[in-house]
Amino acid sequence: MAITLSERAADRIQKFLAQRGKGIGLRLGVRTSGCSGMAYTLEFVDESLPDDLSFESGGVTVLIDPKSLTFLDGTELDFVREGLNEGFKFNNPNVKNTCGCGESFNV
Amino acid sequence: MALLQIAEPGLCADPHQHRLAIGIDLGTTNSLVATVRSGETAVLEDEAGRALLPSVVRYVQDGSPQVGLEAKLRQSDDPHNTIASVKRFMGRGLKDVPHAAATPYRFVDAPGMVRLETRAGVKSPVEVSAEILKVLRSRAEAALGGELTGAVITVPAYFDDAQRQATKDAARLAGINVLRLLNEPTAAAIAYGLDNASQGTFCIYDLGGGTFDVSILRLRQGIFEVAATSGDSALGGDDFDECIYRWIVGQSSLEEVPVADARLLLSLARKAKETLTDSDSARISATLSSGMEVDRILGAETFFDLTAGLISKTISPTRKALRDAGLGIEDIDGVVLVGGSTRMRHVRDAVAKFFGREPLTNLDPDKVVALGAAMQANMLVGNRKTDDWLLLDVIPLSLGLETMGGLVEKVIPRNATLPVTRAQDFTTFKDGQTAMSLHVVQGERELVGDCRSLARFELRGIPPMVAGAARIRVTFQVDADGLLSVSAHEQTSGVQATIEVKPSYGLGDDEIARMLQDSFSHAQNDMAARNLREQRVDGLRLLEATQAALDLDGRQLLSEVERAAIDRAMETLRVLLNSPDHTAIKRAADSLNRATAQFAARRMDASIQRALSGRRLEALEA
Repeated sequence: MAITLSERAADRIQKFLAQRGKGIGLRLGVRTSGCSGMAYTLEFVDESLPDDLSFESGGVTVLIDPKSLTFLDGTELDFVREGLNEGFKFNNPNVKNTCGCGESFNV
Repeated sequence: MALLQIAEPGLCADPHQHRLAIGIDLGTTNSLVATVRSGETAVLEDEAGRALLPSVVRYVQDGSPQVGLEAKLRQSDDPHNTIASVKRFMGRGLKDVPHAAATPYRFVDAPGMVRLETRAGVKSPVEVSAEILKVLRSRAEAALGGELTGAVITVPAYFDDAQRQATKDAARLAGINVLRLLNEPTAAAIAYGLDNASQGTFCIYDLGGGTFDVSILRLRQGIFEVAATSGDSALGGDDFDECIYRWIVGQSSLEEVPVADARLLLSLARKAKETLTDSDSARISATLSSGMEVDRILGAETFFDLTAGLISKTISPTRKALRDAGLGIEDIDGVVLVGGSTRMRHVRDAVAKFFGREPLTNLDPDKVVALGAAMQANMLVGNRKTDDWLLLDVIPLSLGLETMGGLVEKVIPRNATLPVTRAQDFTTFKDGQTAMSLHVVQGERELVGDCRSLARFELRGIPPMVAGAARIRVTFQVDADGLLSVSAHEQTSGVQATIEVKPSYGLGDDEIARMLQDSFSHAQNDMAARNLREQRVDGLRLLEATQAALDLDGRQLLSEVERAAIDRAMETLRVLLNSPDHTAIKRAADSLNRATAQFAARRMDASIQRALSGRRLEALEA
């Protein structure tokens, strides 16, 4: 059971955290909404919650709530560049299908 | 597949609900777009990795627009259809465009704003700016992977309502939702995080390609306020190039320089200037059209000497801005350098020396305004949990009313922060005056003729009273959008009149600069002129009052001899009123005052007796 960050993603997150000047890590999550059922969330973390599960990857603390983990287990978070656009991408083995935009998914 | 960004805690957007916000620095020479992604503020580059988009639009053969470097490169061989520095024409009428004849454009005068004739038809500056904005918008949408929620666009602090409105219109035409227009110096301050301090006073020194702006910003309890702005709208990096160019021409004893050679030498001058930013000498070598070889080494020291005059031209507006803000150098907590020209070492040194402190330079001076705008945009769309920055603006030129004798009574002083309301009481000049004409003017000079006329209106229905008894309260109100309304209200009768004006409509920054410059250099003349007019008004008032008293009581209270003395004194004053010597008028008025002293005392006694004897006043006066 784990969540991992690609090297590029970890580098970026460390840089973003440093620039932000505060925050203890990154929160990954899943919430129900969007055209295909569920959607990823990606946020900075200033305070951890009691139920949070914590992972270390590439020097970054990744926090996740237990409910989200059931949908995200085994996910690798990557940072990619597509043309001028750049951002994070979830490589989630649990996903059965995504909507065209890739922001929401079904398991 | 959409790519995700890291959001602030609890602010993660729903899918397809991302609040994509950008900041745009719509510059005279170059434009930029920036955004905040995963908490990081960055300028967005095009496919070729270039951040700066030259603010040049060329209409090509089929009429379609070409924007940026490609257009800029064709500027000299297609001058009529290649529009550069369109920002200078935004919201301006033809008469407000400085040196219109010196530009290659075919201007068409149109109500409100000048137009430019191109092969794609007649274009307004708004349309041309919109082409630049469209390119920035599509660059941003490609980089952010979605539709934009909105943008913050920066404008110079001195931009008036018409110029701001034109900027907004251009954005709308480009399909951009404007979250807010932000003053350039304020954007720079935000980029440096100066807003994180609880308070402070900062100077933003912005030396661009063709303009110099200096602003004093005051931060109090998280509120930014533009305390003063000053500058020179015809001073920038181009002038430094010009200095080097003239040096080359002088050194090489060139007499007539053909246009193509001049262009070549100017571009070499520019390169030399850039080289001298971090080396001690620059080589300038070229083969001119005549076949002549030019090969010179320009030393940094020589360059500094050549351009020392340009730098001191930035210091005087800086001093003026400080003075306008009522501050000394010691009150400044930080100095921010903006604009590519501030990369020059001697500019930095001069600023450091003037303020006695090192200026902030760690952000790229070309990008700092766009970065600040992006941070503000990010916050305005709700991607950050912070209190709103409330940004206040200032009145660029004083607003006032014409008073007797063509003098200006300032009601709202220059650099008053918006919104502002000021009231002042005026009175009637003549007995029985039932109407008052109000002439609203803008400017720093003491005489109406030297200021800009904004509006005239009349207050009617003032009940007849003796001169000076009516109390007319005139209120000037300027709202947050810079819209002025003036109302006059006679206190005893309640009659009132109101007018709305755009205070600086059609007033160019050059004109503002000139008017300020004029007020400075004419301060002494103005004082003398003011004295003269004041003495004339006083003298006239004295003559009228004396005449009225003579008509009323002269026969009863004065002997022939006394009456003759007063008449003589009146005649002397009447003649001297037209002289240019205010002290002579004053002396004549004083001697008339002395001549009527006895008469005035007797009138006073008489009126007291009348009152005491309980007889009807009307009967006596009849």
